[in-house]
Amino acid sequence: MVVPLYHILAFAGLLFTIGVAGVLFRRNAIIVFMSIEIMLNAVNLVFIAFSRYYGNVNGQVFVFFIMTLAAAEVAVGLAIIISLFRNLRTSDISEIHLMKY
Amino acid sequence: MADILYLITLFPLLGFLINGLVGRRLTEKQSGLVACLAVGGSFIISAQLLFALLALPPEERLFTQTLFSWIPVGELNIQVGYWFDPLSAVMTLVVSGVGLLIHIYSIGYMHGDPGVRRYFSFLNLFTFMMLSLVLADNLVLLFLGWEGVGLCSYLLIGYWFEDEAKARAGMKAFIVNRIGDAGFIVAMILLYRQFGTLSISEIAQAAPGARVGQGFFTAATLLMFMGATGKSAQIPLHVWLPDAMAGPTPVSALIHAATMVTAGVYLIARNNVLFSLAPATMTTVATLGILTALFAASIAITQNDIKKVLAYSTISQLGYMFTAVGVGAFSAGIFHLMTHAFFKGLLFLAAGSVIHSLKGEQDLSKMGGLQVHLPTTHWTMLVGVLAIAGIPGFSGFFSKDEILWGAFSQHEGFSLIWLAGILTAGLTAFYMFRLFFRTFYGEAAWAGSHQPHESPSVMTIPLVLLAFLAIFGGYIGFPEALGGINRFHHFLEPVLAGPQVIGMAGQQASHGLELSLMVVSTVVVLGAVYYAYRVYIRQPTLAADLAQRLGLVYRLSFNKYFVDEAYQLLVVRPFQALATVSWKWFDVRVVDGVVNGSGFTIAWLGGVIRRVQTGLIQHYASIILLGVIFILIYLYIA
Repeated sequence: MVVPLYHILAFAGLLFTIGVAGVLFRRNAIIVFMSIEIMLNAVNLVFIAFSRYYGNVNGQVFVFFIMTLAAAEVAVGLAIIISLFRNLRTSDISEIHLMKY
Repeated sequence: MADILYLITLFPLLGFLINGLVGRRLTEKQSGLVACLAVGGSFIISAQLLFALLALPPEERLFTQTLFSWIPVGELNIQVGYWFDPLSAVMTLVVSGVGLLIHIYSIGYMHGDPGVRRYFSFLNLFTFMMLSLVLADNLVLLFLGWEGVGLCSYLLIGYWFEDEAKARAGMKAFIVNRIGDAGFIVAMILLYRQFGTLSISEIAQAAPGARVGQGFFTAATLLMFMGATGKSAQIPLHVWLPDAMAGPTPVSALIHAATMVTAGVYLIARNNVLFSLAPATMTTVATLGILTALFAASIAITQNDIKKVLAYSTISQLGYMFTAVGVGAFSAGIFHLMTHAFFKGLLFLAAGSVIHSLKGEQDLSKMGGLQVHLPTTHWTMLVGVLAIAGIPGFSGFFSKDEILWGAFSQHEGFSLIWLAGILTAGLTAFYMFRLFFRTFYGEAAWAGSHQPHESPSVMTIPLVLLAFLAIFGGYIGFPEALGGINRFHHFLEPVLAGPQVIGMAGQQASHGLELSLMVVSTVVVLGAVYYAYRVYIRQPTLAADLAQRLGLVYRLSFNKYFVDEAYQLLVVRPFQALATVSWKWFDVRVVDGVVNGSGFTIAWLGGVIRRVQTGLIQHYASIILLGVIFILIYLYIA
């Protein structure tokens, strides 16, 4: 039984929306970070789906790229969060506004 | 021979540069020596060229030299070119000769002044500019010299700039001259539009055959005369010259008596062809000239400042020169220009010597009885006074009577000018002897704290030399009526081809008339001298009585007819009021309001918009999201 493309796309859309909502509404920096990963995964899912659907490997190659990038980004991002936490004693991003006017 | 022409102007320029740039390393003596050598060099070259000129037949007497192209713009190509003809020769010799004597005199006069190097560098710069003016072969180069001498005049009038009154006098001279110069510039533009060239000789060739109305020439020449009016201190722009006496006395002698102020006369003589084509202008020039002569002479009678008397006298004599060129007697005007340079330079230097001996006193009422203490100054000044008064045998007599003769014989109805000229001559004789008597004779009114002493020989030698020139300078223009041949006039004939009066073949018969006019003017002058003698030597109380009895007339003359006050009221005040309104109301309120207002508006707007920068990532992210949604909707619609 083949899962139809639209189901997968709908699921990916749902995932992406959850990610966006997490980024926009959660206050914990770690959670926001996780939400970003969810968004990335949603996109990965779409790539895989299309790759299978069209029988084209390019999409899978892209997925690997995105994963690598995401890993690098997480390394940097977590370092930033840790140093922010050390300096400000909080991980609540509504209290972190060093770039304020 | 022509290839050494450029040296005439190069020497003073070098002198200016040396004194101006490395003057600090020179001693006072060296600085003066450099300045004198520079002018002396010019004088020697000019004299050499004059002899070369005399060796040629009269119609070939011209040297030209083009140095380089100065302003090549499209059709217009202004070159730095020099033009040495009899007229330039006379002018360069007067400027460099009298200039040299005054430079030498300055060494003595300015001794001990802290700014003496600045003084000499400006004096050299002036000489350079004046020589450029008289040698220029085109109007633009002439104008460069014209403005240059104006600049030096300003710098030297305000030489003691710590004294605000003196600095102001410099500014006044500069600004009043600017008014005249505006006319000169417009005249040049008109001529260029019409003839497509600014070369003086090319314009002179093209003008007589040009297909333009009388109006064009009248306008162009009147505007040019406007420039001359400013530079030569004629009515109505004469007010700056008396104030110009704030500068050092040698400056008054060189710039404000002998050379710069005669540039206006030179300009008209140089463009005599143009002026001859505009009879209306010629009449204006003659009329204004004689009015100025009479007007200034009537002021000079009552002034008590020795330099002011000489200043008004200069204005008056310049009026004579303009009368001469106005009636077409160009060479007579140039002749008077030359003799005037000699005797007025002499008078100023002699006055300077008196002022020097009295430690800066310029008030006639605080002088008197100086002939014992200043013998050389006394005798040389006497020569100058006799020359300017027009006593027969002295230079002023020949040149002035030539002008009066020109005025008399020119047209019907011009004898009015002659009458005014005679009257002026009488006044001149009177006020010059008044000055002379009050300075050297009668009660010694100077405070007896120090003994006045004769000036050093570096000052008296130029006085003696100028006295010689003031006596014998007139003989090169010895009139034909007295059995002479008037060499001077014939020497200038090839250049001043305008309608000539004096020495024309048709005038031979009227030598008798000319002689009788000379007799008349001599009688008038001698009468005036005798009267001055009576008033100031015989009965010194008479002067005050006269002043009393003349009441209003005396007050008018003493206060210079209130011209300065009228200008103050009618021109200066309104301008100042306009400036004040422009500044206090328009600039401060309107202009600054608009400028600052726009600044404040932008700043306020920034204050509002910067609230967007919350520093909260989630705000930014939401806005990004909104943007994306908008883009998607847009793409969907499209």
